Amino acid sequence: MLDLSTNYLGLALKNPLVPSSTPLSHNIDAVLHLEDAGAAAIVMHSLFEEDVRNDERMIDRFLVNPNVFGEATGHLPFGDDYQSKLDGYLENIQQLKSRLGIPVIASLNGSSLSGWVELGKEMQAAGADALELNAWFMPGDPKVSGGALEDNYLALLRELKAAVNLPISMKLSPFFSSLPHFVQQAEVAGAAGVSLFNRFFQPDIDLETLRVVDRVQLSSSADTLLTMRWIAILRGRTALTLAATGGVHTAEDALKMLLAGADAVHLASAVLQRGPQVLKEVLAGIERWMEVREYESVVQLKGSMSQQNLPDPSAFARAAYLNALNSFTPPPGVRY
Amino acid sequence: MHKMLTIDGNEAVAHVAFRVSEVIAIYPITPSSGMGELSDEWAAQGKPNIWGSVPKVVELQSEGGAAGTVHGALQAGALATTFTASQGLLLMIPNMYKIAGELTPAVFHVAARAIATHALSIFGDHSDVMSTRGTGFALLSSNSVQEAHDMAAIATAATLAGRLPVLHFFDGFRTSHEVAKIISIDDQVLQKMLPQELIGAHRSRALSPEHPVLRGTSQNPDVFFQAREAQNGWFDAFPEIVQKNMDKFAKLTGRQYKLFDYVGAPDAERVIILMGSGAETVQETVEHMNRQGEKVGVLKVRLFRPWAPTALLAALPTTTKAIAVLDRCKEPGADGEPLFKDVLVTLAEDFTGDAPHFASMPKVIGGRYGLGSKEFNPAMIFSVFSALTAAKPKRCFTVGINDDLTGLSLPYDAAFRTDAAHDTFAAVFYGLGSDGTVSANKNSIKIIGDETDLFVQGYFVYDSKKSGAMTVSHLRFGPKPIRSAYLTGEGDAKFIACHQPLFLETHDLLVHAAPGAVFLLNTHLSPELVWAALPPAMQRRMVEKKISFYVIDAYQVALESDMGRRINTVMQACFFAISGILPADDAIAAIKHAVEKTYGRKGRRIAELNYRAIDKTLACLHKVVVPETASSEVVQPITSPQVTDFVRKLTLPMIAGKGDTLPVSLFPADGSWPLGTAKYEKRNLALQIPVLETDLCTQCGKCVFVCPHSAIRAKVFPAELAENAPPTFKHIAPRSKDYPAGWHMSYQVAPEDCTGCTLCVEVCPIRDKTNVSRKALNMAEQPPLRMQEAENWVFFTKLPDYNRSVVKRTTIPGSMLLQPLFEFSGACVGCGETPYIKLATQLFGDRMMVANATGCSSIYGGNLPTTPYTTNAEGRGPAWNNSLFEDNAEFGLGMRLATDKLADAARTQLHAMALEVGDDLIESLLNADQRTEAGIHEQRERVALLLAKLAHLATPAAAQLAAIAEYLIRRSVWIIGGDGWAYDIGFGGLDHVLSSGEDVNILVLDTEVYSNTGGQNSKATPRGAVAKFAAGGQPNRKKDLARIAMDYENVFVAKVAYGAKDTHTLKAFLDAESYPGVSIIIAYSPCIAHGVDMSHNHSQQDLAVRSGHWPLLRYDPRLREQGKHPMSVDSAAPSIPFRDFARNEARFTVLERQNPEAAERFMVQAEKDARLRHQEYLELAEMAVPEVVIAEKDREAAELSAEQSAKIKETPNA
Repeated sequence: MLDLSTNYLGLALKNPLVPSSTPLSHNIDAVLHLEDAGAAAIVMHSLFEEDVRNDERMIDRFLVNPNVFGEATGHLPFGDDYQSKLDGYLENIQQLKSRLGIPVIASLNGSSLSGWVELGKEMQAAGADALELNAWFMPGDPKVSGGALEDNYLALLRELKAAVNLPISMKLSPFFSSLPHFVQQAEVAGAAGVSLFNRFFQPDIDLETLRVVDRVQLSSSADTLLTMRWIAILRGRTALTLAATGGVHTAEDALKMLLAGADAVHLASAVLQRGPQVLKEVLAGIERWMEVREYESVVQLKGSMSQQNLPDPSAFARAAYLNALNSFTPPPGVRY
Repeated sequence: MHKMLTIDGNEAVAHVAFRVSEVIAIYPITPSSGMGELSDEWAAQGKPNIWGSVPKVVELQSEGGAAGTVHGALQAGALATTFTASQGLLLMIPNMYKIAGELTPAVFHVAARAIATHALSIFGDHSDVMSTRGTGFALLSSNSVQEAHDMAAIATAATLAGRLPVLHFFDGFRTSHEVAKIISIDDQVLQKMLPQELIGAHRSRALSPEHPVLRGTSQNPDVFFQAREAQNGWFDAFPEIVQKNMDKFAKLTGRQYKLFDYVGAPDAERVIILMGSGAETVQETVEHMNRQGEKVGVLKVRLFRPWAPTALLAALPTTTKAIAVLDRCKEPGADGEPLFKDVLVTLAEDFTGDAPHFASMPKVIGGRYGLGSKEFNPAMIFSVFSALTAAKPKRCFTVGINDDLTGLSLPYDAAFRTDAAHDTFAAVFYGLGSDGTVSANKNSIKIIGDETDLFVQGYFVYDSKKSGAMTVSHLRFGPKPIRSAYLTGEGDAKFIACHQPLFLETHDLLVHAAPGAVFLLNTHLSPELVWAALPPAMQRRMVEKKISFYVIDAYQVALESDMGRRINTVMQACFFAISGILPADDAIAAIKHAVEKTYGRKGRRIAELNYRAIDKTLACLHKVVVPETASSEVVQPITSPQVTDFVRKLTLPMIAGKGDTLPVSLFPADGSWPLGTAKYEKRNLALQIPVLETDLCTQCGKCVFVCPHSAIRAKVFPAELAENAPPTFKHIAPRSKDYPAGWHMSYQVAPEDCTGCTLCVEVCPIRDKTNVSRKALNMAEQPPLRMQEAENWVFFTKLPDYNRSVVKRTTIPGSMLLQPLFEFSGACVGCGETPYIKLATQLFGDRMMVANATGCSSIYGGNLPTTPYTTNAEGRGPAWNNSLFEDNAEFGLGMRLATDKLADAARTQLHAMALEVGDDLIESLLNADQRTEAGIHEQRERVALLLAKLAHLATPAAAQLAAIAEYLIRRSVWIIGGDGWAYDIGFGGLDHVLSSGEDVNILVLDTEVYSNTGGQNSKATPRGAVAKFAAGGQPNRKKDLARIAMDYENVFVAKVAYGAKDTHTLKAFLDAESYPGVSIIIAYSPCIAHGVDMSHNHSQQDLAVRSGHWPLLRYDPRLREQGKHPMSVDSAAPSIPFRDFARNEARFTVLERQNPEAAERFMVQAEKDARLRHQEYLELAEMAVPEVVIAEKDREAAELSAEQSAKIKETPNA
């Protein structure tokens, strides 16, 4: 019998597949289907502090303090049973906890220090098993150095760590000058794991309206390579548990991540595109692959191809870039 | 321990009515809407009545419908109630006769309000209640919030016991909207008041197929009379039943009421008799006077019908020598008002009877007070008592006004005060309707009510504007019950707060300040600089009254606390910190607790921001040392020399808030007021105004089109006229070749009339190619621009308007050169309705008659002191009137019929005067083509010529024709109203007018709710939206008025949304007006009731269209004659999901948070609705009429009688 179990953020998972932050976690039935299909834990959709704040402003503006005049004391009914976005999220955690057997990782995206801490505490109180911090500030200010930004992330992590007892994972972007250095500091600051990488929906320009618009952009398997490389580099260089996220659509993608050193593998686009069933397929594929090669456990396989474990560590380093360029041949018919 | 509630009168009544009802039929009308709203919300939340079931709350299409539903529910055995006021009560009268005639227990709760006569008034008096005297309902009055709560229970108990239905009434606004601390009646008391056997008896009388009876028979002369008299016994018995229930209530609660409650000296010589909230003020005055050694009393009438003379006499001290009976209504032409006459009859009959109550007949006089919530205070009451000492007191007097015309009013000494003025702590707050001042004050009242033993009172006065509406909050606190049902008197307030610095310019804020009072001002000026910036009159007042002066920069504190522009918490914290009403620390803790309670789990973050603001406030509140003397006087010219006498004597004082002082003789007796007065208000609301970049502007006119307040205008004029323009006046050569060479164009903003809504900037399509954030219009801070732009505006208004006859009306830039004859209304900032009205006045205003349904458009259209309707340089403009809510279509139809009839008469008389007038002129007058502006202009000239000739003739026939000659000029009749009117209460009449074929134009401003009364559900409310009266979400598809109208085939129909397609809207208006039959334009009008920031007005219109929620269409019957199908769907198939439109509006999102399953269900359905509707429209449009049918029709047309054809030719409009 294959042992697929793994440990992520100190949570014992029955396998490494963890559906990540998608809108599906709103829907309890969909999450139950994910569990049935084999999900080992679930990362909820992110709660954005801005969202909570906008919601509260809306409540304040239109419901608590509406514009009044002689004949109108307000314009919308406002009952005691009204649920704010935050409440909805917390209730969502509670529901998932009461219906699921697998750990629930709440995901948090703050915009202010106090917001992170406040919302983190709420999530803990609601029963989350762990927190994933979706930390990303767009660095637009030339006066703020990369180091200063990193310090902000770490300060935030420390504050939150001091406020909650939950294991915390940091979901990071690939845009660090020295990712291993930052991960090491995150470890010191009390993180239990990191999740690589945050995918950003990039704003686009609409040429008709000359407005900036948001478009949903789903990942593809091609997106896995960046993550895989950094997982491989980090494996063994940090005691933090590692989650790979972004572009995992197939068993092959997942296996590569595990070989590189991931403790858990997140799936989002794949689940959105193909439904909970994809988990079953990926798990089956992993099992088949392991059985054929007589692996006994995921623990065995995990990180077996990390940079440190490679015969030629430069494969994940700069040389790979040169090799790739040198091996390039133009497509037929293209002349330079 | 009693449970105390700090609530308003409406809630106090609903609190009982809801718990003792099974069916509640509701319809919104001010000031009673609150009772229905609460009932609907409680039902949506599943709150039970005292028998454990949730009352069924249903909204009807009108009050008539509500009364009918109650009648039916009662007949089927339920305990049923309704709430209403004013015209709503009038609509219930037919059913009230029936309900009483069938001896059916029921209670109607009425927030008594004036009935519209020479003008509408939303305010309190007893005209509505008095109109129901003949119905057979018992009329039971309560005088305060506590009494309204109690009497609601007593009324229900009495009606069950005595079988007479009860109209329970209390004063609109004064009681319905006053917040007070009351003892609540718990369920056990209600259960004891309403014994099961009585409820069982009511059920057993219900119609039932198990034991059927027949009711509602028609009776003939043989028996009707006898049968009518058969129920006398119930009326005779009823007063005693009411008294018994009052006694029972007293046993259960300790609060004793009498049919007639006498208060005062046991040996009083002078007594005032009245009912309603004024009785409380009289009691306060009586107690004060008796302490001064007078012998006076007040008799409060509680049960007015059935009239109980014995109880009345028993309550009056036998020492009474003189009685004044005060009625809060007017019965024109009568020799006294109803209560006065009833009292008089009782006394006269008693005195001529066997054992008179009085040794000598008391002198009895009657008077009117408090109509339309006119102030009724102790000074006025004192004058009434004084009048009773006169040898020959005035009869049928009035009090509270200065009647210099008929001399009926009693003079009074405004300085008179009762002890209550000293015993209570009065505070007055000036705020804006949007800044949370009222809610903060309600909150403070609750805090003081809950945390202390003090009695509390809060009353809120609103001005008539919806944008920048000033609210004045009057708060009182005191150790004894507060009976002061009147506003804070001059010099009585110990605390005054001005939450908005702009009022410094416009209002005498310290008029209410007592000597030594605290004055709190929100200002951005530092404590060092503020004194010098105060108006000199205010400085003098502060010195004289030794005011203790504090300032705070509340906007700064709010900003720093991340609260945006929400300053209510900051100002509330200041009040508690410096008013001394509570120990400051306790008060601050209490505010925080209240914040916690308000936001609770709904907005913890906001709660925290509030805490932060509270803490910051205390550090930023500064005391200012008031100097010994006021600084030197600065005299500013206020009135422009051009105003008419009327405006100077009436309008300007009313704008300044001095309307109460105006004497009767100044007023137009028939309710006619001049146009063009909104321009005198200069409300100066905008913090930012649009500024034009002439290098970018393409002169597209869109900014003018969308401006809800007509505060940005376009003109084209000969360039040389701008030679003496102010230096900053912007004018450039027009880009279009349509204008003569050497002419210039200007787009000018009225800086003091602009409300800063940003919609003009939002719609501006032109962006700087090197920086897209710079548009051809950009918002900029108003204060530095105010003087300069005001000067430019004055210059601009003096430039001539472009010739209407040559303007290209079919284009946006062209039509926007036409002068709007609707400007600077008090509609909400960013209103979605007003651009449509403005457009109509630009295109047709100089020959427009408007019938306006009651609602937002009648309030911003005709609520004094001013009106936005105005005239052009020739003095022409829209002639406007508002009849009722329910009859507007018929009202407009009447205008059309009269216009056509008189035009017809003029034509007949022209023929008759052919010799005198001359054939040529007559021919050209009769055959004028008035389809174009030029044609109308020529006809006007002909009419002028005709009038000149007629004047010269000076014969009776000439005079007769001269009086109606103007009807020869084509008029445009507009019937304007909202969806509440068109879809619900006025639909019957609208439908009839749609079928009439007459040349009227109907404009439905569809906000999808009853906007004016506060956002109640109408049949225009879309599926899935919450609204008041639909707290659980509207489950049904929106009624399709366009389709109903199209069904008539000869009606021009358009559905427009100017924010989505302005050219479509413009074309629809032009086509509708030119169509010589009925036209209806259904106009999508975003509203603050949608729960969306109105700066997103246009984008929401666009989303509404793109999501298929609001398809654009036109149905033009004329196209049929051209062999085309008349209908065109002018918007594409839904291209975005309905939820992309809905998610931006709180009316949809609220349901997601309260009932996500229902919200999702509705959303899916709404999505389908949108697609289906579009498909249905396409199919309708495609069902082209076959050619043969058209040919057939042509043949039929040819066969029309020659006479009919001739008639059609004669009609110039055809």
